[in-house]
Amino acid sequence: MTPGAERPPGRARVAADRRRRRSRLGIGEGGGRALVVAAVSTLIVFGGLGLVVVNAPGWPQVQDKFLNGRVFAESFPLIVSAFWVNVRLFLIAEVFILILAMVVAVARSLPGPAFFPVRLLATIYVDVFRALPGVLVIFILGLGIPSLRIPGLPADPFIWAVVALTLLYTAYVSEVYRAGIESVHPSQEAAARSLGLNRGQALQYVLLPQAVRRVIPPLLNDFIGLQKDTALVSFIGVVEIFRQSQIRQAGAFNFTPFFATALVFLIVTIPLARSVDWLLARERNRRVAGVNPGVGPGVTVAGPTVGAR
Amino acid sequence: MTGSAPALRIEGLHKSFGDLAVLRGIDLDVAQHEVVCLIGSSGSGKSTLLRCINLLEPIDAGRIVIEGDEITAKGVDVNRIRRRIGIVFQAYNLFPHLRVIDNVSLAPRKVLGLSRAAAEARATELLDRIGLADKAREYPDRLSGGQQQRVAIVRALAMQPDLLLLDEITSALDPELVAEVLNLIRELAGNGMTMLIATHEMSFAREIASRVCFLDAGRILEIGPPAEMFSAPRQPRTQQFLQRVIDAGRL
Ligand SMILES: Nc1ncnc2c1ncn2[C@@H]1O[C@H](COP(=O)(O)OP(=O)(O)O)[C@@H](O)[C@H]1O
Ligand SMILES: [Mg+2]
Repeated sequence: MTPGAERPPGRARVAADRRRRRSRLGIGEGGGRALVVAAVSTLIVFGGLGLVVVNAPGWPQVQDKFLNGRVFAESFPLIVSAFWVNVRLFLIAEVFILILAMVVAVARSLPGPAFFPVRLLATIYVDVFRALPGVLVIFILGLGIPSLRIPGLPADPFIWAVVALTLLYTAYVSEVYRAGIESVHPSQEAAARSLGLNRGQALQYVLLPQAVRRVIPPLLNDFIGLQKDTALVSFIGVVEIFRQSQIRQAGAFNFTPFFATALVFLIVTIPLARSVDWLLARERNRRVAGVNPGVGPGVTVAGPTVGAR
Repeated sequence: MTGSAPALRIEGLHKSFGDLAVLRGIDLDVAQHEVVCLIGSSGSGKSTLLRCINLLEPIDAGRIVIEGDEITAKGVDVNRIRRRIGIVFQAYNLFPHLRVIDNVSLAPRKVLGLSRAAAEARATELLDRIGLADKAREYPDRLSGGQQQRVAIVRALAMQPDLLLLDEITSALDPELVAEVLNLIRELAGNGMTMLIATHEMSFAREIASRVCFLDAGRILEIGPPAEMFSAPRQPRTQQFLQRVIDAGRL
């Protein structure tokens, strides 16, 4: 925190915001005229591309096989209702992930030689599950374990899907948390400990609240990855959106159901991705303006890029 | 715990960071209600000494005794000891995610076990004393540097410590904000708070200190009443240091 760093006065701040917003779209300064130029050139480029595609010799067949209105109308409701399976999967796994990842992150930051085994175990877990392709983990857990037929273990593939996604994503998210904890300046822990708080209390009341606030944007990034990866569990027999679209595709000899599925993911994911970008940009602007409520050099933690495939 | 024991006694304190010997045999007594100022050039070990006293840094050799209790003995409960020693840092180190009132009342609630109402009453009273009761519900970043530093002092006071350590608490402040912080320290000294103060404010040290202690390369080179130290320092190194301070216009 720079002592004496002041907020820019109201009007300058608004103007600065406007400039930033424009420059984010790459339009730059110059007001109305620039906007018109941008609109016209966009129209020309996308319109031109569209014309090329629609006038291609194979377009009628492609349209019939991939963008068939009748097949779309038939399959879309079924696909949307199958998507609820993905939503449930996502929400249940996410709750476990957020809690377990915190446990793993704290375990990895325990100090002293006595906790070495705990740190070692947590580190091995994170390394292993970040290294394995997600599909493999889902296969091994979803097909392998049930076929062992160990009494007492559930056979429902949905449960194993939740377990697999939780194990995979907890590894990523724990790293995000850990980076967040490490980004809180050590002077905060010193201040907390100097008041007599023990290490657990310092974590609970001082370090973790600040760490979590900083990692919300990268956490949302991981949510997006998880949301898409719910489609992977189709491989172990969970009838979710992707499996349903395969069924529809096979039934109608037509690929339009895949298009419908893609549309559902786009509708759900793009707003999320946009809001993450917006959050990150806001965080960055705050830091630039010097009003970041964080400590010291306001650090935003970049989340690990997710690709569990 | 006897009334006649010094508030703080340091014997043969050594501290290194790796190969770097930062404190090389410190002996110092601070009597009850005494204010001792630590002066010395940057890097001489003032902050490290204060951090060792508060057990924020493990020491390599020596003893630290607070009111007759050795706090550097094996197996002592460091959390209990830290309650008795307050420290205020140069960079305030307020908790940015907590409102002013929660910054001040957190430790009384969680460490001393006060109820929220009791802790907040204590915090409000302290904030009122420094004229910041109206800022109780603000977040620290909405306060000026001087206000933040006074909140940090009050946060330490809320634990009712026997000893207060201040580490260059005005160094990060704009010049016009220094006075409000020093006034608060003056008031605390007047009320008999035992303090060990690392400072670059020589005129303040001269005015407030019972004794001034010149630290040089990890040793106490000279210690004495401020009148003596500032007018007739005996050691050539002390003379040099004070001359540099005078040249820089800080005395
Ligand atoms: N945590 C640390 N690790 C390594 N060296 C340190 C650490 N803290 C302080 N030092 C070193 O110890 C010396 C004394 O530092 P410090 O106690 O901060 O001096 P002062 O407060 O008098 O300016 C400096 O050389 C500094 O670089
Ligand atoms: Mg220092």
